[in-house]
Amino acid sequence: MNLELRDPNIIMKLSRLGSFHQSRLSFLRSFLNEFKDWNYKRDLFDLDKYGFGVAVYSFKKKKRVYSLICFANKIDDVERSDRVIATKWDAAFTLHDGIPSKQDIVRLKSQVPKQEVGRLSYKELTLSRANKSVRVFKHVVDSLSEGVQPNLDLLNKVGYLYRTTAVYGSGKFGLADRFRIKNRKEINGPFRLEMMLVYLVRQFTFDQVNHVAKNKNLKKAVELDPNICKSLGIGNSTGLGMAPFIVNHPTLLNNWIMCRETALKKIREIKKVKIKDRDLFKSCVRNSIKNITSWNTESEYQLKKIKSLLKNVKKFLNFIEKKFDFTEEYPFNKIYLWLERETCEECIEYIVSIMMEPFDEIVEPLIKKMSSDEERYFNIPTDRSVKELRKILEKKYTNILEINFKKEENFKKFWFISKNKEEPRLADRFEEPGSELEQPLAIARDIKKLYEKLLMTKDDFTMDQFLIDNSDLRHVVRRAFIVEKFPYSEIQDNTIGENLMPIDMLRLKLSFFGALKFDPRSDKWLRICMFQGAPLPNELKNFDKQWVYNSKL
Amino acid sequence: MKSLSEIETTSKRASRGVGFSWGIAEEVGKCVRLLELFGLPGIKNLNRYYQKKNKENFDDIRLINKKNTSNKNSLCPISLGIRFLDQIRKIENYNKCLFKNVAYPLLLLPFLSRSSEIIGKKLLVVLDRYEFLLNFNINISSNSLEKEFPSKAKIVKIFFLDNKDSFTDYDWKSLYKLSENTFVEETDSLKKGAAGAGLNDND
Repeated sequence: MNLELRDPNIIMKLSRLGSFHQSRLSFLRSFLNEFKDWNYKRDLFDLDKYGFGVAVYSFKKKKRVYSLICFANKIDDVERSDRVIATKWDAAFTLHDGIPSKQDIVRLKSQVPKQEVGRLSYKELTLSRANKSVRVFKHVVDSLSEGVQPNLDLLNKVGYLYRTTAVYGSGKFGLADRFRIKNRKEINGPFRLEMMLVYLVRQFTFDQVNHVAKNKNLKKAVELDPNICKSLGIGNSTGLGMAPFIVNHPTLLNNWIMCRETALKKIREIKKVKIKDRDLFKSCVRNSIKNITSWNTESEYQLKKIKSLLKNVKKFLNFIEKKFDFTEEYPFNKIYLWLERETCEECIEYIVSIMMEPFDEIVEPLIKKMSSDEERYFNIPTDRSVKELRKILEKKYTNILEINFKKEENFKKFWFISKNKEEPRLADRFEEPGSELEQPLAIARDIKKLYEKLLMTKDDFTMDQFLIDNSDLRHVVRRAFIVEKFPYSEIQDNTIGENLMPIDMLRLKLSFFGALKFDPRSDKWLRICMFQGAPLPNELKNFDKQWVYNSKL
Repeated sequence: MKSLSEIETTSKRASRGVGFSWGIAEEVGKCVRLLELFGLPGIKNLNRYYQKKNKENFDDIRLINKKNTSNKNSLCPISLGIRFLDQIRKIENYNKCLFKNVAYPLLLLPFLSRSSEIIGKKLLVVLDRYEFLLNFNINISSNSLEKEFPSKAKIVKIFFLDNKDSFTDYDWKSLYKLSENTFVEETDSLKKGAAGAGLNDND
C-alpha cells in the first residue's frame, strides 16, 4: 500500500490546524528524550525566607553546560499582569550558555527582570518571565507549612504554580542568534532551549514553594509530594505574538506538518500491527479521556469543541473496543478512514496524534527533520516565467483564488505592530486607524492580487521582468516559489477575513510545542499548560514515554 | 551588542518605513545582516542613506546594461542591488558592468555577493579606490579595512571572474609532488587483487 500524503488544501485550513494536539513529535517531549542522559543539578539556591533571590539550575554533558538563572522578585498584587504590556513579574529567567560567573549573575540581575527593555548578550540563549498563580501558590504554601499536602481538586483545576507570559530566543533583545547554536549536536529540533528553560523553571517553582513553606513553619512543614509535583506543569499565556511566526517561517512550518503527515502515512501503511503496539495505542486513547475531562476552560468556543471531542473520542473507543478487528490488514488506515467519516476535525487530529505513540521507529527519525534553514529558500528564481508562476498558484492556492476580496468581510482585519510594545496586533480596518501600515500577513489577498496581475502579463515574461513593475508583490512571489517545493508551507486560508479565529494559529504552534489544555480567554489569546505529568529532572534517566496520557492526578 | 536577528528585523522595518515594498524590505534586511556578519558597516550606511533619502531624490535603473548611468541624481543602491540580483542570469555574460554615480555603494555589496552565489562566479567590485572580492556569498574580502565608506561612488566596476585557478601549473605540480609522499607503492600481488583485476571487461 502506498498512500498519498493528506491534501494541504484540507490540512492547512485554519480550522484543521486549530484542531491539532500534542504528539510524540512535539518539542517538549522530544526535548525530554534528547536530554534524558544529561546531568541535572541545582547549582545555587539563594532565596530569602519569602522566596525572593537567585537560583541557578543546570544541564551538563561532557563540556557542554546550559544554566538556567532565576531571579525571584517581590511584586505587589496590583503589578501582577499576564498582559504583554506588564513591566514586573514574580520571577524572570534566562538560559545561559555555560556556567555563569559572579559577574554574569550581577550583570543579568540588572537586565533579566526588565525583560524586553533589558539587554542580554550572545552568552544568553533564551529569556522568560512568569507570574505565580497566587491562589494556588498560597494554598500550597499554607498546606505544606501545616504539614499537609494541598487540595488536589484545586491543583487539578489550575495545573501549575507559575504561568509564563513569553519565552524569547533567537536573537531577541541581544540574545544569541540561532546560527550560534543550530549546529550543536544536541540541538536536534526546533525550540530545544526554549523547552529547556520552561522545564527547569517548572522545577524552580517546586523548590521555591517548598522553601517558602519550610521557612513559614520550620517544625511542621513538609515537602510537596513528588507525585503531585509531577502532575503539575507550567502555565503559559499566549497572545498574537505567535501568529506571525508561522507565516514568517514557511519552510519551518512545512517541516513540522510534513513530519506529522509522513508519520501518519507510514502508520496507515503498516500491514500488520503487533499486539503490543495495538494495546499501547488503545490504552493511550483510553487514558487520554481524563486529559479531556480535566480540561478546564470558560471559553464557550472551546467548551463546545471539548464536548464534541469527548463525545467523538468515546464513540471511537467504543468502535475500537467492540467493533474493530485489529488483525485486519492495514488497520490504522481503516481506523483513519473511519475517523474521517464518523468524527469531527478535533477528534481526527487527536487520534492521529495518539497513533504515533507506539511507533518509535517511525517517529524518531522524523524529529530530526523538523528544523529548517529559511535562508536557503529566500532567493527568488527570477529566471522562471510568468506562465510557470501562474500554474503554481493555480495548483497550490486553489481555494484561496476563489476568495472574493472585493467583499468587505473578506478583508475586514489587518495585522500591525503596536508602537508601544512592538507586538503584533489585529484590528478592524474599517474602524481602527493604521491599515496603511499593515504587516505582510494577508497572504491570501496578496496571492489573489498576484494571480490577477499574472493573468494580464505575457506568459514568457520572466520574473526579473515582472518584478520591475510589481515590487509590491515581491513577498508573495517569493512565497509561491517556496510553496512549490514545500506543500505544507502555507496556511490555505484567509488571515484577514471577518471570521478569522487567530487562536487557531496559536494552537497550531502550541500543539507542536506540546501544550495541553488550551484555554482560550478570547479569540486572540489563550492559556495553556506545559510539562504537566512530565517526569521530574531526577527521573529523566528512565521515564515513561507516554507520560502525557499516564499522568496520575 | 545587537544580534543579527535584531539587525535584520530593524533594517527590514526601516526599509518599509521609508517606502520600499515589504518584499524589497525583506531583501534589505537579509543584506544588511550579511554586511554586519562580514564585519562591514551596514547599519551605519543604511541609516545614513535613509536619512538622505527623505530629502533627496535617487534614480532607479530598470534594465542593467554593460554601462549604466543615472540621469541627474545618484543611483539608489537598494533598487540597483535588487535589479542586479534579479537580472543576474542575464547579465553574467557581460564579463564586466559599470555604474556611474551610485549612492552609498557599500549597500550594493551584499546584493552582489548573493548574485555571486547564484551564478557560481566570484565578482570583483571596484568602488573608486576600494576593491572587494565577493566569494560566492561565503565572504567578502577587501583591500580596505576602513570603517568609513563614501556616501557616493563616481564609478562602480563589477568584473565577473571566470572560474579558473588562482595559481600556476608549476605551483600545483610542485605541491602535488609533496602530496605523493603520502602514497605507498603497490606490490604486484596487491595489483592482482585490486578492483577490476582478473576480469575481462568485454564479458
